[in-house]
Amino acid sequence: MAASDSWISAEADWLGDRAEIRADRDCPCLMTSAEHVFDILRHLRDAPEYRFEQLIDLAGLDYAEYGQDEWQTEEASAAGFSRAPAAATSARYSFANPHPPVTQNGRFAVAYQLLSLSHNRRIRVVASCASGTWPTLPSVRDLWQCADWYEREAFDLFGIVFEGHPDLRRILTDYGFIGHPLRKDFPLSGHMEVRYDPDLRRVIYQPVTIEPRVTVPKVRRGQDHG
Amino acid sequence: MAEIHNYTMNFGPQHPASHGVLRLVLELDGEIVERIDPHIGLLHRGTEKLAESKPYNHSIGYMDRLDYVSMMCNEHAYVRAIEQLLEIEPPPRAQYLRVMFDEVTRILNHLLWLGAHALDIGAMTVFLYAFREREDLMDCYEATTGARMHATYYRPGGVYRDLPESMPRYQPSRFCSKRKARLRNRDREGSLLDFLETFTGRFPGCVDEYETLLTDNRIWKQRTVDIGVVSPERALQLGFTGPMLRGSGIPWDLRRRQPYAVYDAMQFDVPVGTNGDCYDRYLVRIEEMRQSNRIIRQCVEWLRKNPGPVIVADHKIAPPPREEMKHDMEAMIHHFKLFTEGFCLPEGETYAAVEHPKGEFGVYLVSDGANKPYRLKIRAPGFPHLAALDELARGHMLADVVALIGTLDLVFGEVDR
Repeated sequence: MAASDSWISAEADWLGDRAEIRADRDCPCLMTSAEHVFDILRHLRDAPEYRFEQLIDLAGLDYAEYGQDEWQTEEASAAGFSRAPAAATSARYSFANPHPPVTQNGRFAVAYQLLSLSHNRRIRVVASCASGTWPTLPSVRDLWQCADWYEREAFDLFGIVFEGHPDLRRILTDYGFIGHPLRKDFPLSGHMEVRYDPDLRRVIYQPVTIEPRVTVPKVRRGQDHG
Repeated sequence: MAEIHNYTMNFGPQHPASHGVLRLVLELDGEIVERIDPHIGLLHRGTEKLAESKPYNHSIGYMDRLDYVSMMCNEHAYVRAIEQLLEIEPPPRAQYLRVMFDEVTRILNHLLWLGAHALDIGAMTVFLYAFREREDLMDCYEATTGARMHATYYRPGGVYRDLPESMPRYQPSRFCSKRKARLRNRDREGSLLDFLETFTGRFPGCVDEYETLLTDNRIWKQRTVDIGVVSPERALQLGFTGPMLRGSGIPWDLRRRQPYAVYDAMQFDVPVGTNGDCYDRYLVRIEEMRQSNRIIRQCVEWLRKNPGPVIVADHKIAPPPREEMKHDMEAMIHHFKLFTEGFCLPEGETYAAVEHPKGEFGVYLVSDGANKPYRLKIRAPGFPHLAALDELARGHMLADVVALIGTLDLVFGEVDR
């Protein structure tokens, strides 16, 4: 499917420098910041030339390890047997030495997928979160009611706080869960496991007894590879 | 005078009408629902996180297990997202096979929904009828892919293999006499396409049977008409898609409006409701089964006439045939690399959606150029539908909550992910 972003670039004056237009393969994408995202989304919903009546999806994003390899493919073998790069990614998480939390700017973002039934168009808006103690974004629950649960989900899985959300609770994880599991510094195995203890004759929580390991390392190869 | 307070009731997570593991905290005033707080996540398996740690082709099987009653449609969204980033197009035969199995899956899903929904409201027989036809379609799944449910049939660039030339047959045994076996094998003499064709000939009559049990049934109408009415405006606000949206009178179907695979070559109608209540959504789904049946017939006809490859020939993406591997070194290396390291996708983001039996099922894929997805977000149609339960149920009686859960067509594999 060819990217067609002409309809958005044609009349993008209202955007000013608040957002950057990127032509993705499926639909145009607006890259914006926490400051402007609410106004942009409201305009996209209400302006007669856009009329994005539906918020189809809202996805949290964590860019902490974007573009990092788990396996060197270009220069190896000369120095030794191992091809594993020194900088360990979350896949090589160790409970003994947990990574320091990543606090770079623009680590967290949220992608909104909008759908206009009237014009039969889609658009994606990616807003990077304002950083602070918590990554924050304004809540869009007042624009689309279905954002209620989507924002709860992004809060649960990524720890993104949506300002103005009336009921920001966890939604998918267990009662009493600690941490935000889809963050890149959260180990795949989790921190706690549940088992039945035959002596105590009840279900107990305990620290996980498995070590994280990489079965297939992540590699990045160029398009001309092979 | 005695003071009467609202009381709070817990429903589920182990309740036959909750269709899996749904826990509801209900606030009731007598028998009237004041507020519902659904607690989900009891089936949360972290599919999105798991997919981030695996090469792309290892996660297809996880897609089956999301909405575990419409397996192949989930796969379709996922492989389509990969194909969009790779900018490849599967061969036409693969596209027709996908459309055919998408529609087989839609019938499977709607039959389970119909049976379970009717059972919840108190009509036992429909469930048994629906499972009779499901069994035939399950056999098609099994004959083609080897699995009755979790097929892993769609692959990036096509499908796993072509249709079989014969259908498995019943063997006479202690439980199945020779005569019975012969009777059951009557439709199974030919190929899978023959079997499906006889099925599509028979199936509209079966739908009529379900309709005689329900459509004009007084009890069925009392339980569904004017229950859970959603206006078109609210349906859009609440993020409804699929039959939930069409039930409210909005003729929106991705197969028609944003055609993918070969849906633009198919002839079918998009049914819509008028009142947006449970009864209209029931009628919409019933009609969808008839339309799916039409689409399957068209696919069968095309597939008979047009043999050809079912997966792309690029061995960086699709494995080479077994036979080739035995004498060709390069094929061997391709096979090895593909199943150990997988393939790398170009850097970028994409969102691919399909018209899933329950609504719009989408996969948002972010790739940083590696052999594993950087982020995979699954847009499950049931998630916003369930979020709307509170609004739908307010002011209704407690017994209607069961009808409402039924009409939402929830499967917790996809809601909880």
